[in-house]
Amino acid sequence: MLDIRNLHASVDGKPILRGLDLHVGTGEVHAIMGPNGSGKSTLAQVLAGRDSFTVDDGSVSWDGVDLLAMPTEERARAGLFLAFQYPVEIPGVSNAYFLKAAVNAVRRHRGEPEYDAMDFLKRVKAEMKAVDMREEFLYRSVNEGFSGGEKKRNEVLQMALLEPRLAVLDETDSGLDIDALRTVADGVNRLRSPERSMIVITHYQRLLDYIVPDQVHVLSHGRIVRSGGRELAHELEERGYGWIDEAQATLAQGAAS
Amino acid sequence: MSTLEHWLQRYNAGRDALPGAGVPWLDALREEAIMRFADEGWPSNRLESWRHTSLTLLEERSFAPASAPLAPETVLQRLRSDGEEAAGGHWLVFVDGRHAPALSELGALPAGAEIRALAEVLATHPEWVEAYFGTVEEGASPAALNAALAADGAFVRLARGVALDAPLHVVFIGGVRKGASLVRNLIVAEAGAEATIVEHYVGVDAAGDAQAGTPGTLTNAVTRIAAAQDARITHLKLQEEDRSTVHVAHIAAAQARGSVFASHSLSFGAQLARNDITTRFDGEGCEALLNGLFHVDGRRHVDHHTRIDHAQPRGTSREFYRGVLDGAGRGVFAGRILVAPGAVRTDAMQRADNLLLSPQAEADARPELEIYADDVKCAHGATVGQIDEDSLFYLRTRGLDEAHARNLLTYAFAAEVLERIGLASLKRRAQVAIRARLPGGELMEVL
Ligand SMILES: Nc1ncnc2c1ncn2[C@@H]1O[C@H](COP(=O)(O)OP(=O)(O)OP(=O)(O)O)[C@@H](O)[C@H]1O
Ligand SMILES: [Mg+2]
Repeated sequence: MLDIRNLHASVDGKPILRGLDLHVGTGEVHAIMGPNGSGKSTLAQVLAGRDSFTVDDGSVSWDGVDLLAMPTEERARAGLFLAFQYPVEIPGVSNAYFLKAAVNAVRRHRGEPEYDAMDFLKRVKAEMKAVDMREEFLYRSVNEGFSGGEKKRNEVLQMALLEPRLAVLDETDSGLDIDALRTVADGVNRLRSPERSMIVITHYQRLLDYIVPDQVHVLSHGRIVRSGGRELAHELEERGYGWIDEAQATLAQGAAS
Repeated sequence: MSTLEHWLQRYNAGRDALPGAGVPWLDALREEAIMRFADEGWPSNRLESWRHTSLTLLEERSFAPASAPLAPETVLQRLRSDGEEAAGGHWLVFVDGRHAPALSELGALPAGAEIRALAEVLATHPEWVEAYFGTVEEGASPAALNAALAADGAFVRLARGVALDAPLHVVFIGGVRKGASLVRNLIVAEAGAEATIVEHYVGVDAAGDAQAGTPGTLTNAVTRIAAAQDARITHLKLQEEDRSTVHVAHIAAAQARGSVFASHSLSFGAQLARNDITTRFDGEGCEALLNGLFHVDGRRHVDHHTRIDHAQPRGTSREFYRGVLDGAGRGVFAGRILVAPGAVRTDAMQRADNLLLSPQAEADARPELEIYADDVKCAHGATVGQIDEDSLFYLRTRGLDEAHARNLLTYAFAAEVLERIGLASLKRRAQVAIRARLPGGELMEVL
């Protein structure tokens, strides 16, 4: 259970999240939609522990633990996974080394035996097949020169290997062709389980045809301004975000008078 | 006693015992060289190209011999135990600048390949080296001191079309008796000849960490490479001397038409290291690669000054230098590229990148381009930066702790330089050296 209350976060004194509330139950999949610049990636990064954002107020409790007090790597080991909107290229570090180091860091934390090279290769090759990645990607530098879609697949591969309890996917569907979208969605659906929660950030209702969410939220100007079932995604697809902003403005006016 | 007097005395007392003494051209050259050194002294930062690296600290030092720690045999054994190939190859070993025949193992050489200690050649066949020994004017004043006093080094001559089957390792084990070693290596590749030559500079300080202050050992090395038409020479220098050593070196290549010269300079040790690396294209269509990596920590200092002289048309040069700087370490890179009038279709590219691991570390990277020809491609870029925060965060979100992530990124930065070393065994040797130096290196498997 993830419980975000009144979260305020800023960068260089500029407020971005302004009192965000969100509750994601164990085993649930929540979708977050919202206009460009509304703070979706900021929320994802703050959850993962990016320290260039300052948390000014509010709390995030994850199964009763204060998430914000944990260093980034401990969140990851405890089962938080962020699929980046813009995965980072790391020249000189092979994907194989990186994936193995990541998997073993998490396994160590869970008290599971670390993979040796053989076990790791077996496992990773199986997972790569599932997301339709060629083995050559193991021996290239992390994300370096990967196409947009290849980077996203690499994120899903990492998620599959790390078996998180809470996965945050930040526009993992952006830039994917139709087939890749299917592959990625299948990857996500395979991981759906009663123990695993997911937050899926997307601009497209289409993804939600494949990954059917329990709830859909609209983030605007740093807050969740509307929540609903999956039909909300359809409504947004048809009407855009303008009507929500208008509704907000009317609400705010009402409150002020 | 000032150091200049010391060196003059040393010259006067020793000149008749130098190998090749009595050979008229050599006597004259040494005489002029010591005069130049006496006149100029050690380079100070009043000289533009020594602005960041003064050797005046050497003035108070005479480098008198002292007593010994680690046995050279042990040092050599370590060097040769790193890879299965290291057991093979051709090994020419020097201890404190003197050939050590008992430690050397040249093995079988192809016909037309001549590899010997320079002292021996000067004594028996000085005429072999007359055209290649070098001149008094070449390089800065330490090179002149080297010309006057160098008593030994490697002599390599490859006849037309001869290819050396395995790398030649020239090992200089320094600091056994402290003091100064002046060595001179002459590499002569006739038309179409090919070889890979590795110069190792290693110390005998067991801890490898005799905290500096006053330098105990001076290495002054000059390597001259003459590559005739279409010759291909790969030169790798691995400097891992004790932290109390001052290392001053000059590598000078001259390339004839169509020749290829690759230089890899890996500078990891010494309190202060200065490397001048130069090549000159004397014929059309030459290629040069100058690749380098250094690491400094504590108060150590490494300076690379390179010069590529595109004197003839259609030459290609690629230059890549990287530095990893920790503690209050200091790194200097100055890369000069000269494109002579008429050297059309020159293609030159230079990059110098520095990674600062601590706020006290300091790096200077300076390109110096002088272009007097048209129809030339010349690109350069230099950076001084820290560990990339986005990369660090990305790795940490995958469960790697911060120290591991930092070390990994540092190692990856350094390892890119190694990718350009063609020979797998040498690459491995260099990886071992880097891992031993960088924090957390022992954690790194092959990336
Ligand atoms: N490091 C930063 N410095 C300054 N402003 C920032 C920084 N990071 C984010 N912002 C600003 O915060 C706001 C929210 O950005 P964020 O990336 O969270 O938006 P988003 O909802 O993910 O948008 P998109 O749909 O385009 O991905 C934007 O106005 C952005 O410019
Ligand atoms: Mg975003």
